[in-house]
Amino acid sequence: MTDMIKLTNVHKSFGSKHVLKGVDLSVEKGNSLVVIGGSGSGKSVMMKSILGLLTPETGEIEINGLPTVGLKGGKRDLVNRQFGMLFQNGALFDSLPVWQNVSFAAMQGSNMPADEALELAKESLALVGLGKNVLDLYPASLSGGMHKRVGLARAIATRPPIIFFDEPTTGLDPIMTDVINHLIRDCVSELGATTMTITHDMSSVRTIGDKAALLYQGKIIWTGNVDALEQSDDPFLVQFINGLADGPIEIAGA
Amino acid sequence: MNPLARIGRIFLGFLAHTGRLAVFIAQSFLAIIQPPYYLRLIGQQMIRIGYFSLPVVALTSFFTGGVLALQIYYGGNQFNSEAIVSSIVALGITRELGPVLGGLMVAGRVSAAIAAEIGTMRVTEQIDALTTLSTEPFKYLVAPRVIAAVISMPLLALVADIIGIMGGFVVGTQSLGFNPAIYMQLTIDFITPDDITSGLIKAAVFGFIIAIMGCYNGYHSAGGAQGVGRATTNAVVSASILILSANYLMTSLLFSS
Repeated sequence: MTDMIKLTNVHKSFGSKHVLKGVDLSVEKGNSLVVIGGSGSGKSVMMKSILGLLTPETGEIEINGLPTVGLKGGKRDLVNRQFGMLFQNGALFDSLPVWQNVSFAAMQGSNMPADEALELAKESLALVGLGKNVLDLYPASLSGGMHKRVGLARAIATRPPIIFFDEPTTGLDPIMTDVINHLIRDCVSELGATTMTITHDMSSVRTIGDKAALLYQGKIIWTGNVDALEQSDDPFLVQFINGLADGPIEIAGA
Repeated sequence: MNPLARIGRIFLGFLAHTGRLAVFIAQSFLAIIQPPYYLRLIGQQMIRIGYFSLPVVALTSFFTGGVLALQIYYGGNQFNSEAIVSSIVALGITRELGPVLGGLMVAGRVSAAIAAEIGTMRVTEQIDALTTLSTEPFKYLVAPRVIAAVISMPLLALVADIIGIMGGFVVGTQSLGFNPAIYMQLTIDFITPDDITSGLIKAAVFGFIIAIMGCYNGYHSAGGAQGVGRATTNAVVSASILILSANYLMTSLLFSS
């Protein structure tokens, strides 16, 4: 199968802090990879490097076979148009109503007329279970769960082939966590997209993921099917998925 | 730490900061001249920067014109020079006080607002979201604000000129007993188009400084709410200092001949 996302020996540092220390990872087309790892393990840095928000010092990142490290301007835009992204806290634009947030990429990138963009927003919001009543609301008036749903609607609005989820259930109650996890799973399967999710939340891993990878101290130390997570006797994985304080994982700041 | 090392570190930090600002300005210029152009956003920013700054600029210039008339009158009275009040008020307002005080007031209001807005967008990942949605943040956030400020500031300076002169006129005629017709005639006779043009050129440059410092400090803010607060303060302080230094430089250049 074709690799939609492929990272080869990716290194990224901030000053003297070496965050990514040779990450090798790939996601096959149509697959859903969940990357787990503790706080400070480099998950967000890895995702931002793939999105082009950060530039690795060495290594290669390929999207659908195209090397993307160092791409700028229009070439980068073409790559980014294949992406949808749900940010940890939604990152909705405060100054725009919900419908303009959802159809932002279509309006700005493809110059879609406002009436078509409104229809697109309605369709995308319907996919995440939101009705017309939220179209004209501003992000400040949305609850945490609605924020995530609108963020998800924005991520899937242009029907991108690759979607990223950054801690999609952070800050949500257990019921809303399950709702969002199932929404993500259903939307992704309907779109047939390739996805990468970073999370601490094992319920998200089990619901969303086909495959999982454990990132520890800037390196991928385990990859496999989600079904194999529970059976693994890898001590790092056992400690992480069971949430144990004792084990080989060094706790940041302890 | 070795005092020399401390000085060296401060100096290197200053150079790095200056370099970052130069790169930011270059990127802003590129964003301004290259399409797409967000005309609707430019219009929105002109309303925010120009229209909503009118009251503060109008009040400042009115009272400045009035105070200037009083000071010239009381200072000039000793030498029997009341007649020069109208001409010096007009000259002072159009060449210096209109654009400079207007610029400083707008710097306090607009530069802070821009830094706070863009800074909040930075720390809440909205700027990252723009990039992932294939929208260049410099074109979408920086260019409209810079263009709007460069257009709005000369218009505000023109308003400040008129209201400042009117402030001097009101004080001169109502409080100092000047003849209104003679006061206005002297004002009109004394002002040249160059006086007004030089003030408007200065105002356009101040508009650029105000928008760039707001955008730059907001764009590079980090560290949550505290970082946004720091960016806001830095934007106002740096814009104000740059306005005053640029004013000196431009006065030297514009009036050296």
